[in-house]
Amino acid sequence: MKTFTVSKAVTALMLAGLVLLPLYSQLSGNIFILTLLTRIVILALAAASLNLIMGFGGMMSFGHAAYLGIGGYAVGMLAQEGVGSGFIQFPVALAASAIYALVIGALSLRTRGVYFIMITLAFAQMAYYVASGLARYGGDDGLTVYKRSDFSGLINLSNRTQFYYLCLACLFAVIFLIWRIANSRFGLVLQGLRSNEQRMQAIGFPAKRYQLVCFVISGTMCGLAGALLANNTDFVSPAVMYWTRSGDLMVMVILGGMGTLFGPVIGAVVYLLLEEFLSQLTEYWALIMGPLLLLIVLFGRGGIMGLLGRLNRG
Amino acid sequence: MAEPLLRVDKLVRRFGGIVATDNVSLDVAAGELHAIIGPNGAGKTTLISQLTGHLEPHSGSVSLGGRDITYLPAYRRCALGLARSFQITSLLLDFTAADNVALAAQAHAGTSFRFFANARKEKGLRDAAHAALDRVGLAHRADVLVSRLSHGERRQIELAVALASKPKLLLLDEPMAGLGVTESQRMVQLLQELRKEVSIVLVEHDMPAVFALADRISVLVYGRVIASGDPAAIRANEDVRRAYLGDQHVVTHHG
Repeated sequence: MKTFTVSKAVTALMLAGLVLLPLYSQLSGNIFILTLLTRIVILALAAASLNLIMGFGGMMSFGHAAYLGIGGYAVGMLAQEGVGSGFIQFPVALAASAIYALVIGALSLRTRGVYFIMITLAFAQMAYYVASGLARYGGDDGLTVYKRSDFSGLINLSNRTQFYYLCLACLFAVIFLIWRIANSRFGLVLQGLRSNEQRMQAIGFPAKRYQLVCFVISGTMCGLAGALLANNTDFVSPAVMYWTRSGDLMVMVILGGMGTLFGPVIGAVVYLLLEEFLSQLTEYWALIMGPLLLLIVLFGRGGIMGLLGRLNRG
Repeated sequence: MAEPLLRVDKLVRRFGGIVATDNVSLDVAAGELHAIIGPNGAGKTTLISQLTGHLEPHSGSVSLGGRDITYLPAYRRCALGLARSFQITSLLLDFTAADNVALAAQAHAGTSFRFFANARKEKGLRDAAHAALDRVGLAHRADVLVSRLSHGERRQIELAVALASKPKLLLLDEPMAGLGVTESQRMVQLLQELRKEVSIVLVEHDMPAVFALADRISVLVYGRVIASGDPAAIRANEDVRRAYLGDQHVVTHHG
């Protein structure tokens, strides 16, 4: 870190908190907070993957929750069919997400702007209804995962602390990858396309190819989140793919700061903690949550990261 | 005569009932600076767009170095050595000047499907960017965001971006648009230098500049080429005077 800034300090503090949390949970005996934080870390991973296409790629995908479902169902269906090994389940979850992203991306990227948003939304809803129709795998009611992915003694997902650290390691790995990608040749082309597609075509870059590859990388990362999520809840249902879920992910990204490395993580932490604690206070929690989000987005252009950035200058 | 670098043959493009490009034929020899002039609405930008691949013609053909490129997409033409600048400055505003130019160099230096190494630390690309910036006299502004540069500087960056792709043919769509007198003069000087290295098609409104720079001039009126020849011939051409230059003495007093 070259210079001290408020946003860097907050990010470091948050990361330290995430790393040390199991210790606190152990000491205080508060198991609930570890379960909650595991969920937050997994959804932060999903938000970070969405940020890659939305923030760096400038593609407003409104169907990102589909990958949560695809990754989840890959784990759930394989478990149901007697394939319990994580070494099979996770690669299948990632591959299925990648293939879905490739097909959906190739079709969606023919459109731009609002149409792109609508078509990604439509495909995710389609995935939702397909999952609802899978009678063998619980249909509408969803599918219980009776046994978590088995990594043959390497790591035990049924151990809360181990599972939490697995999720956290995945999150850090994905953020590291996104950081490398953002500064790579590919990343510069991607951000160039976000900034001015016409110019990039004119200097010799075929836009769609790069955007499609980005779409697939992002979808695969989110598929990983889906596989983890199914293990976390021991359950997967069509509801994880519903469009409001995609909306939640978008809010996390925008709230935290689009196109920043740690913005989506901060967004996920703030959004889900707020949801948790406000819903304990009152059943009308959404009435407080809504205006609060509105204020942050209105006055903190660039989300929380943008707000912190200005604090530093002001 | 040898095969021209660029050959445009009977190009036609209509918008509804209007024929914006009407049987246009022209060629540009290697090393030549060919200017295209014409009053507003003559179809200059429509013509340029068909050369760059942003617009498809309804009939006719365009070939570059003997190869038919009529229906190639823009990025493929660029790979064949065609670079353009935009009439309305079109740059990556949230990138630095050096990044803008380095990306153009990157497009012509191997694959960009590299996901891990830091592209801003690739010496080859950075050097190419600095060389191109230096060429247009903006090396000292390399690390400034384009959104913070002046209009004149942005016009120069446009040129540096085009140069960084090491083109065979440079299509310049009104490079002097919106420039002040001194900035224009500097741009003319710069083009005088560049023409020694690269063939140029220049679309421009600034008549003194055109007549000072061009080897040949084609005059476009209502989508048709009404005259084509060296500056002296164009200046003397009666049709051109009537259709375009009118009674203004912009041209006659120059040179």
